[in-house]
Amino acid sequence: MKTLAIALSFSFFLIGCTPRQTLYSWGHYEEVVYSSYSAPGKFPPERQIETLEQDYQKARSHQKSMPPGWHAHLGYLYYQTGKLDQAKQEFETEKATFPEATVFMDRLLARLPKS
Amino acid sequence: MTIRFLSWEVGVVLAGLCFGGCATAKPFDYTNFRAHQPRSILVLPPVNQSTDIRGTYGYLSTVTEPLAEMGYYVFPVAIVDQFLKDNGLPGPGEMQQAPLQKFAEIFGADSVLYLTLLEYGTQYHVLNSAATAHAKARLVDTKTGLVLWEGETRAQQVSGGGGGGLVGALVQAAVSQAVNSTADAAHLISADANTMLFTGISLSAYDAHSTGTGGPALLYGPYHPADQTSH
Repeated sequence: MKTLAIALSFSFFLIGCTPRQTLYSWGHYEEVVYSSYSAPGKFPPERQIETLEQDYQKARSHQKSMPPGWHAHLGYLYYQTGKLDQAKQEFETEKATFPEATVFMDRLLARLPKS
Repeated sequence: MTIRFLSWEVGVVLAGLCFGGCATAKPFDYTNFRAHQPRSILVLPPVNQSTDIRGTYGYLSTVTEPLAEMGYYVFPVAIVDQFLKDNGLPGPGEMQQAPLQKFAEIFGADSVLYLTLLEYGTQYHVLNSAATAHAKARLVDTKTGLVLWEGETRAQQVSGGGGGGLVGALVQAAVSQAVNSTADAAHLISADANTMLFTGISLSAYDAHSTGTGGPALLYGPYHPADQTSH
């Protein structure tokens, strides 16, 4: 609640200065990254995938794009859970959305075991 | 009457903030930046000089959003971290000492963001607690090794101690202590620190107990509508 209040007052402050509209739909991406470090056992990859996929549906319904690195991160979670086809698909999507990711995504794709 | 007075006062404070936050900027030489403007930024895990071991990842996980919202491609921080660990670089110190060309070669990164945490954590006092995130940042071009931009940021939030007399303050301190010890308040304030770091906007009254400074601002990147370089 307090975080929400801070976030709200911060966004009012920003609106007061310059109108701010986010470029991307962030959902729980950074929380998922944080929790994988702060409480690794409590939030297994399967639940992280579920959270991110829900965020994705929400973003699509608002016609917002996912941020840089998002599809790559989801792909990595699929890789961790052995879902290699989905991992491959997400790495390809990252590359198609952001050409800057090409070198790294190709490297990850080359390392995926053949399914 | 009291309410009217307060809202007038808040209005003045907010107006002052807008002038102070938006109008002033420290002079910074963007010559190198403009000559080698990156499209992509690889954020390495911060070297943690604080005593709170949660600092590196508590801070790293709040960098992507404000940086990507400036218009840059930001590499997925957790995968980069894992990839470097798998390739023989066990911690932020080793990662930040790796040769610059490697980051261009392996990741295709135009630039690398080096972060150092100068302060991170929550200090508990009798009547309140203070969560602080204080970092410095250096953006380096992977092709030339030139420093493109440097910034520093510090955000602090003091909880408890506000009103309610001595007993009220004690209760508040106990409550925020309990909340902070599980939630890592310094992680929450890190998001503000990073917003200030990249936008250069200093915050001081979006919460009555929070203060912070940041900047100089990073210039907008290719995915931001306000970017002025041709691409």
